[in-house]
Amino acid sequence: MTANLVEYRVGAVAELPVGEARAYAVGADTVAVFRLRDGSLRAVSAICPHAGGPIADGIADAEVVICPLHQHAFDLATGCSQTGQPPLTVYPVRVDEGELVVGVPAAAISNLVPGAGSTTGVA
Amino acid sequence: MERLVVIGNGMAGARAVEEILERGGRDRFTITMFGEEPYGNYNRILLSNVLSGVEDEAGIFLNSLPWYEENGIALRAGVRVERIDRFARVVRADDGSITPYDTLVIATGSRPYVPPIEGMHHPRRGYHQGVFTFRTIDDTRAMIRYARDHERVVVIGGGLLGLEAARGLQQYGVQVTLLHSAATLMNAQLDAQAGTILRRSVEHLGITVEVGARTAAVVGKDRVEGVRLADGRAIPCDMVVVAAGIRPNVEVAALSGLPVERAILVDDHMRVLDEPHIYAVGECVQHRGQTYGLVAPLWEQAKVLADQVTGRDRTAAYHGSRTATKLKVAGVDVAAMGLTTPEHDDDEFVVFAEPRRGVYKSVIIRDDRLIGATLLGDVSKVGFLMQAFDRGLPLPEERVRLLFDLGGPAAEESAAELDDGAQVCNCNGVSKGALVSTVHSGVKTLGGVMDATRAGKGCGSCKSLVAQIVEWAAGGAVEEDPSATWYVPGVPMDKPALMAAIRAKGLKSVSAVFDALAGGREDAKSKMGLVSLLRMMWGEEYQDERGARFINDRVHANIQRDGTFSVVPQMKGGVTTPAQLRRIADVADKYQVPMVKLTGGQRIDLLGIRKEDLPKVWADLDMPSGYAYGKSMRTVKTCVGSEFCRFGVGDSTALGIAIESRFQGLESPGKMKLAVTGCPRNCAEAYVKDLGVVAVDGGRWEIYVGGAAGAHVRKGDLLATVDSPDEVITLTGRFLQYYRENANWLERTYSFVPRVGIGRLRALLVDDSEGLATGLEERMTAAVAAYKDPWKEGADPATPGQFRTALPLLPLPRVPVREGGQA
Ligand code: SRM
Ligand SMILES: Cc1cc2nc3c(=O)[nH]c(=O)nc-3n(C[C@H](O)[C@H](O)[C@H](O)COP(=O)(O)OP(=O)(O)OC[C@H]3O[C@@H](n4cnc5c(N)ncnc54)[C@H](O)[C@@H]3O)c2cc1C
Ligand code: SF4
Ligand code: FES
Repeated sequence: MTANLVEYRVGAVAELPVGEARAYAVGADTVAVFRLRDGSLRAVSAICPHAGGPIADGIADAEVVICPLHQHAFDLATGCSQTGQPPLTVYPVRVDEGELVVGVPAAAISNLVPGAGSTTGVA
Repeated sequence: MERLVVIGNGMAGARAVEEILERGGRDRFTITMFGEEPYGNYNRILLSNVLSGVEDEAGIFLNSLPWYEENGIALRAGVRVERIDRFARVVRADDGSITPYDTLVIATGSRPYVPPIEGMHHPRRGYHQGVFTFRTIDDTRAMIRYARDHERVVVIGGGLLGLEAARGLQQYGVQVTLLHSAATLMNAQLDAQAGTILRRSVEHLGITVEVGARTAAVVGKDRVEGVRLADGRAIPCDMVVVAAGIRPNVEVAALSGLPVERAILVDDHMRVLDEPHIYAVGECVQHRGQTYGLVAPLWEQAKVLADQVTGRDRTAAYHGSRTATKLKVAGVDVAAMGLTTPEHDDDEFVVFAEPRRGVYKSVIIRDDRLIGATLLGDVSKVGFLMQAFDRGLPLPEERVRLLFDLGGPAAEESAAELDDGAQVCNCNGVSKGALVSTVHSGVKTLGGVMDATRAGKGCGSCKSLVAQIVEWAAGGAVEEDPSATWYVPGVPMDKPALMAAIRAKGLKSVSAVFDALAGGREDAKSKMGLVSLLRMMWGEEYQDERGARFINDRVHANIQRDGTFSVVPQMKGGVTTPAQLRRIADVADKYQVPMVKLTGGQRIDLLGIRKEDLPKVWADLDMPSGYAYGKSMRTVKTCVGSEFCRFGVGDSTALGIAIESRFQGLESPGKMKLAVTGCPRNCAEAYVKDLGVVAVDGGRWEIYVGGAAGAHVRKGDLLATVDSPDEVITLTGRFLQYYRENANWLERTYSFVPRVGIGRLRALLVDDSEGLATGLEERMTAAVAAYKDPWKEGADPATPGQFRTALPLLPLPRVPVREGGQA
């Protein structure tokens, strides 16, 4: 399953502390990139669907991030909420020459990005 | 694959789909669910708990979004179906979509009935400002928001909903008046005497009840100012909640030409009359002339519907439900079934009433069969009664045994008595059999069984029965819920064990704790509590991991609803100087601070500061942090005391400042808010602080602990009366350290002190009965020595981008790499 993807270099991975996240402007979106303790990366939309909380300020573990405002939890891999909120969008992220590279799917978003599952609407 | 479309994602719709999936529906249907509410499926019953604050919204969702995805269900939440085309077999929704079906299920439920009362509506905005109904999450949120800053609410309707609303709203400090047009409360379920007793119990809760009160009008020009009764009486209020009953949602069905009377007509197969492809279930259906307003019948309907839709059992038929209700209403247990009053002269009518205790029990027997029962306040016998009612079981000769367990081990009896089919939890439709098999499958804790089956997670009235059954099924081998005692959910240890292990293994960072004690499994929910504990235990040796901290503690400020922060500089004892005030004023100007506010903690809050400005703001303020953001020592409020006040008998200001200087910034399981007041007039509110000091005649000081005046109000317990400020500081140090070391995470002193007991605290901390004092003081001294003003971090950030915005404010430089390519 391939699809058009616009990738953006958003900053040095060294500037992203392990166990934390930072928010980056990626194309038109703002994306929170997490650097988990095992070194792997996750990228999700930076704005909480519940009430606009700053997801990059949340506490995360290997699976979820908890929004700092009302403690709703979201799966970092799928973006799905575990507490009945709409999902976060998930973005592909990788490192290239020490730089964070985040992809914004230009098309076929739903089958490229789990969680942004088309029909869920504002569930 | 056949296409199954469900209109209504409420309790009946979702349950029907669950039953269909259980019968292999996953392989047979592609399922689409329309739900007008923009959410997943939640337990409507629990809205009462959300309103009363005992449950949070997150806790009441039944099926998470992943559940829909896993089961291949396309959830169209926030989308309303407007029309069914029975001939083309499609539904048209308000988003313009047209969805074809082979089988259609209608589960549109009900909506609140709002009687035609003058002034209820407002020409421009639907309801009049301040008028609410109680049916959905959104209704509940709106009520909570409004109740917070209003004083008097009138609830119209003395049935289940009205009583629940009245009780719930009390939590927000509003005065509640309940208006009921009938002569007694819950007259649909209760006979007059029971209704009268219920009224007493409700009034004891501080709710004003007016029966026989018909509301004629809602008065007030652009916001509610009161209601007028038919008898002319006027009741002032600034909020009105209408709970006058429900009406089935049948518009769509009627509009689409389906047979509708009071509700949608269905046959014994839950099929809409003369409609081979359309079924209906829940409050929107009328079966054999009956409509239902409680969940129990829905579960039975959903099963039959699923058997028919999947063809699993074509003989399955719904014969109507004998409405036996078991509820907790406004904290009072209520059970009712069948008749409420005898009809024939030879009906046996056995009644027991004890109004003072709010207990009422009655049974009605005809030809040796139970045809009606009412239980109020004590529903211990409901299990047997419901069955006797359902199945016409033989009744004990001594009728009084129907009302009481006369001798004999009550618990076992009623648990054993029940047969497997008996429904224990009406809210979630869980049978005794389901509970028993869960226990036998190895779940041996009450909490575990409740999680697995959802039993007891509704109105809660069946919890005790569930507990009895679990106990009985486990043959006494019930295990305590271990996790209940854990310090944090992610590490299976209570606080003493955890501290011992941490010390033994020398674990100084949060990840070290997860690695050593949780099998390497991190848990976000546990991090904040662990940070606090480790900092308390290791002081300067603690190895910081910023990501483990809550955002407030990462940037030493309190996050606000809009993602900005608030800055509260330290102002010891609430005493400040012109120079400080000037600096604060300059900062407020320079950074255009949206709000400068005096806090309830006697200092000044600069609200709405952008994260990236925090370091500059701190530098310009050049004042230490007031720790208004942390689970830590917050403030020591003082009054002017003997220095100025003509009544002052002690220098409360000086002592307050001394205490705050010594214990400033100490992290703790919960916030520590102190006060010192110069005389028993208590202007600094010392009686209601975590630790409060009151100067009394003769140069002596009283020390109160465990007080509170927040979400919970409690007068502190007197720990000791001492002769000098030094002794106050010593005992304060001992108490705070003992609290830091022994309280559970987020356990404020108002629960900690009663838990340990003031007597024991006096013995340990004042009389030093177990020789702990020296140790406590040493460890406290070390902690005090480790104090660093966190705002100094502004100068050199702890991590890169520590103060970078997390909000989509300023776009950052970005370089597109390439187009196309693969994911
Ligand atoms: C600013 C202030 C209100 C004000 O404008 O006066 C305030 C603001 C908040 N309080 Fe408070 N409380 C403030 C005084 C109080 C007081 C009065 C006092 O401290 O003497 C109380 C009652 C005493 C007590 O703590 O019981 C108080 C009881 C609470 C509670 C209920 C705690 C409880 O268990 O009863 C919460 C919620 C919580 O802690 O979970 C809370 C939570 C909050 C939070 C932190 C909610 C949050 O997490 O955002 C608010 C932060 C707003 C902000 O960013 O500044 N605040 N809060 C007061 C700051 C005092 C200070 O200078 O540090
Ligand atoms: C506060 C409260 C407390 C309660 N407490 C109890 C209790 O203790 N015990 C008890 O037994 N019962 C209780 N009830 C009643 C119980 O909640 C209902 O009996 C039950 O929810 C009915 O389920 P339902 O699916 O038929 O209707 P609902 O749960 O109302 O579901 C109907 C759903 O369909 C949606 N819908 C309607 N029309 C359309 C359309 N055209 N297109 C798309 N979607 C549509 C609605 O938005 C709604 O989400 C309580 C109810 C409330 C409000
Ligand atoms: S400041 Fe305190 S009382 Fe006011 S809204 Fe915030 S938490 Fe509630
Ligand atoms: S804004 Fe994220 S949980 Fe409320």
